[in-house]
Amino acid sequence: MIYTFCFYLFATVTVFSGIMVISSRNPVHSVLYLILAFFNSAGLFVMLGAEFVAMILVIVYVGAVAVLFIFVVMMLDIDYSEMRKGFQKYLPIGGLIGFLLLAELALVGMGWGLSGGVVTDPATAIPALTEMSNTEALGSLLYTKYVFLFQMAGLILLVAMIGAIVLTHRKRPGVKKQNINKQVMHRRSDAYEIVKVKPGQGI
Amino acid sequence: MLLLKHAARTFLLSEFVKAMWLTFRYMFRPKATINYPYEKGHLSPRFRGEHALRRYPNGEERCIACKLCEAICPAQAIVIEAAVADDGSRRTTRYDIDMTKCIYCGYCQEACPVEAIVEGPNFEFATETREELYYNKEKLLKNGEMWEQEIATNIKLDAPYR
Amino acid sequence: MADLLVEFFTWAFGVTLVPWFATLLGIVVGILAIVLPLLIAVAMSVYMDRKVWAGMQMRRGPNVVGPWGLMQSFADGLKLFLKETIIPASANKFIFLLAPALTFILALVGWAVIPFGDGVVLANLNVGILYLFAMSSLGVYGIILSGWASNSRYAFLGALRSSAQMVSYEVSIGFVLVTVLMCAGSLNLSEIVLAQKNAFMGVNGYWFTPLFPMLIVFFISALAETNRPPFDLPEAESEIVAGYQIEYSSMAFALFFLGEYANIILMCAMTSILFLGGWLPPVDWEPLYIIPGWIWFFGKIIFMFFVFAWVKATVPRYRYDQLMRLGWKVFLPLSLLWVVLTGLFLLLTDKIPA
Repeated sequence: MIYTFCFYLFATVTVFSGIMVISSRNPVHSVLYLILAFFNSAGLFVMLGAEFVAMILVIVYVGAVAVLFIFVVMMLDIDYSEMRKGFQKYLPIGGLIGFLLLAELALVGMGWGLSGGVVTDPATAIPALTEMSNTEALGSLLYTKYVFLFQMAGLILLVAMIGAIVLTHRKRPGVKKQNINKQVMHRRSDAYEIVKVKPGQGI
Repeated sequence: MLLLKHAARTFLLSEFVKAMWLTFRYMFRPKATINYPYEKGHLSPRFRGEHALRRYPNGEERCIACKLCEAICPAQAIVIEAAVADDGSRRTTRYDIDMTKCIYCGYCQEACPVEAIVEGPNFEFATETREELYYNKEKLLKNGEMWEQEIATNIKLDAPYR
Repeated sequence: MADLLVEFFTWAFGVTLVPWFATLLGIVVGILAIVLPLLIAVAMSVYMDRKVWAGMQMRRGPNVVGPWGLMQSFADGLKLFLKETIIPASANKFIFLLAPALTFILALVGWAVIPFGDGVVLANLNVGILYLFAMSSLGVYGIILSGWASNSRYAFLGALRSSAQMVSYEVSIGFVLVTVLMCAGSLNLSEIVLAQKNAFMGVNGYWFTPLFPMLIVFFISALAETNRPPFDLPEAESEIVAGYQIEYSSMAFALFFLGEYANIILMCAMTSILFLGGWLPPVDWEPLYIIPGWIWFFGKIIFMFFVFAWVKATVPRYRYDQLMRLGWKVFLPLSLLWVVLTGLFLLLTDKIPA
């Protein structure tokens, strides 16, 4: 009873906010709806018993990625009416792409149903909760069977990160920067010396 | 060696530990502040607090409506209207001070030739509404009655230096 | 909880509850049992904060309202409650009001997974620590939304500073969590606490093990995460007035304030669970177990809160680039190194928990 109610609640809100992401006028609102969609999909994951994935979704996507999205969108100075102008012109091609994606999704769904070879009940692929916790199951799969792919994905991300830093990093000449180590290491004796000055002679 | 010492100092956060120990010890020191609402600090006789209009000992108002205070007030907080009283003397019919404008510079009491308007020693006259801070003559005279003793003493104490 | 309620209702009113209603009622009662004391604790912690801060500056602190000024926070709360809620004319009204509520709610929901004793927990999640981490990482939205919706430069600057700061320090917090998780071998908070029993030489808690530096890193990151001094740049009152809170008044401001302190207490609770051994007594010595676990737990939280206030009274505010340097160039490599070292240690000594 509560389970069904929760499912429909999360599912409806996810779909609704998904629609609002592309239809709301203000880009910041779009990002906020995107966050809502993430959050509700996390709820759906929890209901599937995949609590680890749900939490990771919230931490990574909502907690970090969407923050960067909202950062960028907030700083943009957008004229909304200007942005809407091309809407009519791009509608056919946009609609076509949308239709293609929908058709492909439908094909995947139909293919799944038609090919009897695959497991019909996806739940059987997941080990029972009493046997092994969700996190453990994921880990034992990721770090054994898929360890190379997993490490590869990590490496690709690392390369992307380093690439981004290399591309944007620039050395500007003539910029004064604080060298904390140098400051802390500074001794009293580096700054001055005590000289006995004899009267009438100077230094 | 110096480098090692420096590294140890950085990684053991010894400066933070020293600072934290210092503040911890200060927590048990006697307090430097007075326990205000129950204890109060000393006030100079020249302290400029809430205004008051004084009377002579026989009950006659000191103020002669010369409007010097109104003229000198840098914040233009004082409004005075004058008229001839029943006994033929010149008296104020209206003496308002907007305490929200007043900057407590004390020029009014310096300007006053008869020591009628003075700034008393009272500084605890907070109110709940702004309206209560628009003082009229009645309120100022009441203040004068209430604080006369302190004000008279303060003026006497300050007199040798004037 | 639900069974107990069903029994209670049959005994008291002679009514048998429908199972789903009993479950719902049980959850609501549990939530209230946590949230109400928490709100009082927040009020008291504000008082304690001010008292400790005052003490270290040789002042007296609040001492007029109630005995020893104990009711000061309630008086302040009442005053805030009676004030006028001002919504700036050009503000985005819905988001403007959503932001403080979000901050407050997120500070409260984290408490659902905190174990107050062996089995005394509202939701014994398998991934409790991740849940806590997720909730604290969501806290940034309250701030960034308030800054944007206020349509004010000060608020926006404060929000930008704050969100960058919180996202940065979350990274090092994440790695510290990983080291603890590797030693404990579970994501469940109760099991993490139990794993700390007799961690080293009869002392309960990871603070007495080589994980101690991680406690320091976690603590400092928690300071940054909750915008406490010396990392209170988002609201730095002497630079950008009050940062993201500048346009807020009355209850909206009070919600931010309450949420902030509830978050601080949550961070204190998290520190005591991860490093100080939660509800376990400090030393693994039989007579100490007679004292109920929640007393130890609260004692540890209060101690951690004292340290929060202590640091506030001691350390001056960081400059923004220093803050970022500390987060990315010091804490991130350090905690990453510690993850590797801990993993190596566990692997070589064959102590990997099952």
